[in-house]
Amino acid sequence: MKLDLKKLKLRKVNEQLQNIDRKINDRNFTIINPEGNHAVCAGLTEELNINIKGHVGYYCAGMNQKANITIEGNVGTGVAENMMSGKVHVKGNASQSAGATAHGGLLVIDGDASSRCGISMKGIDIVVKGSVGHMSGFMSQAGNLVVCGDAGEALGDSLYETNIYIRGRVRSLGADCVEKKMDIKHIKKLNLLLKKANIKNHKAENFKRYGSAKKLYNFKIDNISNY
Amino acid sequence: MCGIVGIYLKTKKFEKKLGKMLSGMLNNMESRGPDSAGFAVYTNSDKKEYKYSLCINNLDFTKFKKDISKKIRNLKLNQYSDHIIVKTPEIPKKFIKLINKEFPEVSIVGYGRSIEIFKQVGNPKDVVKKFNLESFSGTHGIGHTRMATESAITTDGSHPYSTGEDECLVHNGSLSNHNNLRRELKKKGNTFTSENDTEVAAGYVSNSLANNNSLKNTLVSGLKDLDGFYTFIAGTRKGFAVVRDEIACKPAVIAETKNYVAIASEFQAMAHLPDVNNAKIFEPEPGIVYSWGN
Repeated sequence: MKLDLKKLKLRKVNEQLQNIDRKINDRNFTIINPEGNHAVCAGLTEELNINIKGHVGYYCAGMNQKANITIEGNVGTGVAENMMSGKVHVKGNASQSAGATAHGGLLVIDGDASSRCGISMKGIDIVVKGSVGHMSGFMSQAGNLVVCGDAGEALGDSLYETNIYIRGRVRSLGADCVEKKMDIKHIKKLNLLLKKANIKNHKAENFKRYGSAKKLYNFKIDNISNY
Repeated sequence: MCGIVGIYLKTKKFEKKLGKMLSGMLNNMESRGPDSAGFAVYTNSDKKEYKYSLCINNLDFTKFKKDISKKIRNLKLNQYSDHIIVKTPEIPKKFIKLINKEFPEVSIVGYGRSIEIFKQVGNPKDVVKKFNLESFSGTHGIGHTRMATESAITTDGSHPYSTGEDECLVHNGSLSNHNNLRRELKKKGNTFTSENDTEVAAGYVSNSLANNNSLKNTLVSGLKDLDGFYTFIAGTRKGFAVVRDEIACKPAVIAETKNYVAIASEFQAMAHLPDVNNAKIFEPEPGIVYSWGN
């Protein structure tokens, strides 16, 4: 079904996608003329295939569960923020805080993602074919962040259990983020993620893994003078 | 919050449509700034005369016209609601002194050979309509929709700020060292009409340009001297620039085609622009000055 955001109100479109007509049970949708609108496809809970033709604004596909959403354009701040499951595929670039706080699912960005990509992520897998900006993976707790290009300053600052895989250059590492050894299980996992994101030209062996040194997990009495 | 927009034409193709393009951008940024709005439009002018953008507030236009015509002989007045564009060869120093002395209720919004500048409290859609922005043509323009945070909702607290000839600046964000900087700039001879943080940034730019620094270099040194959150769009007679602070919390997106460069807080501000879906669309990187013209 085709939904035109120039003719229909955003709220109407989202309501329709959130409460699909089970009698017709059409689960394939195309959204045209998104024109930078915010919160397009936010809060979906069912298995749907949605194709958005054009650039969208903030929080696209936020809180997504189960739906498979493709954006043929750029996305604004917080694409797939707090996603629980499903897949979001951005064919253009993403603005800041892509995949923020998301618990699950897969976010694939074909272009670049700007600052704070995967901030506080809690289990999502994020694959960026381009580069990411500063403070990416900030306070990230679980899941995998894969970047085929470069990473900006303070990568993985104060992170917990997330694995960050970077193929290119890292401008600097954030507090408590260190390079870690790539074991067989990491290579397997990364190869699986690259396959899921349909990336054929990069090998897992060419990536470096970053994670937490776990030195901030507990308070150290030696640092008392800093407080 | 606040919304900022700007457009710089690289070719002559859209010069007659500049006002229309800019008004659409401002209208779409209402959600980011419903308190007040303003814009500056630059026209290519080789005339020797100056254009003074004045807000006459509650003063009667006919009376103002009559009174000012007695003081200055060679002048033309165009009225746009409570704003008047005065065209005269009279030099700024003299003219500003005269307005401040004889017409204390009139505020000078900006002046120069190319710039015309309008700002007022109210919903952006109403402000744009009131000043008939759609009818303007020009080479580049800058606009702002304000959600007031640092100072009151007044015309003086509205953007753009113009603190020098043909200069203007709009700002999304807040500065934390504006009081210190204002004191320093006052010592250097700058004057300020409000308590607003953005006016200080505009004054900083004016001061640097007056010392023969380029707009680009001015904004590069601003990264060091201006403390806070910001995306700035700045305009001069022939120049146009954008910069985000290094933390880059405040958004900006650029769309560039062979005919124009458009900048806005959000893409939805420019979704209506011609050929925008084929434009090169990117976010300005933190701490990098992007400039066009000179």
